[in-house]
Amino acid sequence: MLRYIFRRLLVAIPTLLLLIIICFLLMHAAPGGPFTSERKLPPSVLANIEAKYGLNQPLFVQLWDYLTGILLHFDFGPSFQYKDRDVNDVIATGFPVTLTYGTISFVLATVVGVALGVLAAVRHNTLLDYIAVGVTFSAQALPNFVMAPILVIIFTWQLGWLPGGGWNGGQWQYVVMPVIALSTSYMASIARITRSSMLETLHSNFIRTARAKGLPTRKILWRHALKPALMPVLSYLGPVFVAMITGSVIIDMYFSTGGIGLNYVNAAFNRDYAVMLGVTILYGALTVLFSLVVDVAYAWVDPKIRY
Amino acid sequence: MAVTQYSKSLEDTAERLTERLSQAEAIRGRSLWFDARVRFFGNKAAVGALVVLILVIAFVLIGPSFAVWSNEEIDWGRMGDIATAGRPSIETGHYFGLDDLGRDLYSRTIQATGTSLLVGLVGAFVAVVIGTLYGAVSGYVGGWVDGAMMRAVDILIAVPYMFIIILLMVMFDRSFYMLFIGIGATSWLAMSRIVRGQTLSLRHREFVEAAQAGGVGGFTIIIRHILPNLLGVVVVYATLLVPEMILVESFISFLGLGVQEPATSLGRLISEGAGTIAYGTIWQLLVPLTFFLLTIISLFFIGDGLRDALDPKDR
Repeated sequence: MLRYIFRRLLVAIPTLLLLIIICFLLMHAAPGGPFTSERKLPPSVLANIEAKYGLNQPLFVQLWDYLTGILLHFDFGPSFQYKDRDVNDVIATGFPVTLTYGTISFVLATVVGVALGVLAAVRHNTLLDYIAVGVTFSAQALPNFVMAPILVIIFTWQLGWLPGGGWNGGQWQYVVMPVIALSTSYMASIARITRSSMLETLHSNFIRTARAKGLPTRKILWRHALKPALMPVLSYLGPVFVAMITGSVIIDMYFSTGGIGLNYVNAAFNRDYAVMLGVTILYGALTVLFSLVVDVAYAWVDPKIRY
Repeated sequence: MAVTQYSKSLEDTAERLTERLSQAEAIRGRSLWFDARVRFFGNKAAVGALVVLILVIAFVLIGPSFAVWSNEEIDWGRMGDIATAGRPSIETGHYFGLDDLGRDLYSRTIQATGTSLLVGLVGAFVAVVIGTLYGAVSGYVGGWVDGAMMRAVDILIAVPYMFIIILLMVMFDRSFYMLFIGIGATSWLAMSRIVRGQTLSLRHREFVEAAQAGGVGGFTIIIRHILPNLLGVVVVYATLLVPEMILVESFISFLGLGVQEPATSLGRLISEGAGTIAYGTIWQLLVPLTFFLLTIISLFFIGDGLRDALDPKDR
């Protein structure tokens, strides 16, 4: 097992390095730097600014500085837009918020999705199953950016129950809508995957054997069916994690929750490459880390996998 | 009497039988595609979705000839009071009302739906071409090449793409082509895995070995013998990729980082509509949202129907 984790780490580290290098080079290949604006700066001023940010040095020196900065000091460098804030500040203020509602959404989508899928599979071809299939199929077409305005219309404008945005230190009223908006479509996908793999499991021989020896249905489900049925769901959690991270950008923008997303979008508009690059790398690192966790969990749960 | 009748009916049957037997030569075998068509059109949800999608496409194509206002004109007379004067109405010619700036939402919606469909199709096409070729080559060549190519996919699949596409869009001034390339070029990974798996199972079949024995080159075998056999799987996943591409594009456009004005897309319109719900102009959100959902859901159902029809294993 340890060897397997070690081998996976060996793949994860070059992946991260590659990601950083590709993003860095892309950024520098872009026409127009962060300081090209409407108003032309005098060449001497521009040269001074570029010298301050180290942009006048050869490309590989810049890359080396950037890489060592991240790896040794966990320093993503200064922001090109704000004089008094560097990328670390942007991340430090926004990340806890994103992490909070992201985690809640992730857990909610997984738990509710799995429960719904199992229920639909157990009550196969009943009204409940049909409703679950219909709802989840349509809900897959409700991404966060569609859910967010719909929720605001219903709960803020019509009913007046929830505030339409803000964070307020994470009070529950402010968390409800971001979480629902972020989790709906993934909940639906998870439910669909769970349902189909549960149906397949319930029709397999070992379940029939368990029924034949007279085990009660509840025991069959918990003891025998659930684990193999959840394997496909487990491998789907990686993509869900990526999608949720990405979706948080929409949530931060629409609900003004104060996460990293809004900073990221603003950075994109202002060509603040340092912030964009920092956020992309942070999210890339999280993704790689999470897929590592999923793989290890998979290998741990599935007896068929040898490592 | 009864006996003659019986023998007559027997004669009839025999006659019909010979007739059918003689015709049987003319009956052609049921091909995979014929079977698939029968199965697809037997699926009510898929057929209904196909009708809806055709209606949406027809709306994009024919709709402009019914438009009173173009998508760029600003209705100066009504733009001061969009919440009341800009409501959807037949008399003013603004069937879907006005947008935030006083432009006709009917024409804007046609334009946006067209853009989104185009992005979906082109993006899926790019992804399918890259993914299929990559997967087919990897699976056919095998050995360490296969290993290396699939490890590369494993690495790339762990990258949060949306950020890379946004990075590209920001760098290249939000050009339309960059959007196509960015979306297509980052979505071929799943496709390549599926195609590789299929190719692996085809690689040692007799017809491929026959081609190899006949001295056909590797690339020709892939194009002429492997790809046609992958067509079913490719068609299914291509159909499922189209709504996915539309979702990606809408996501980026919702952030305001997609196509630039005066071009627009459904994501952009939804974003604009979502920004103005406080002013009582709810149609600005509902109209593009309706078209978005109609398109996406019908594409989902069509893809699902095609999968059931072409990939019976998965049912």
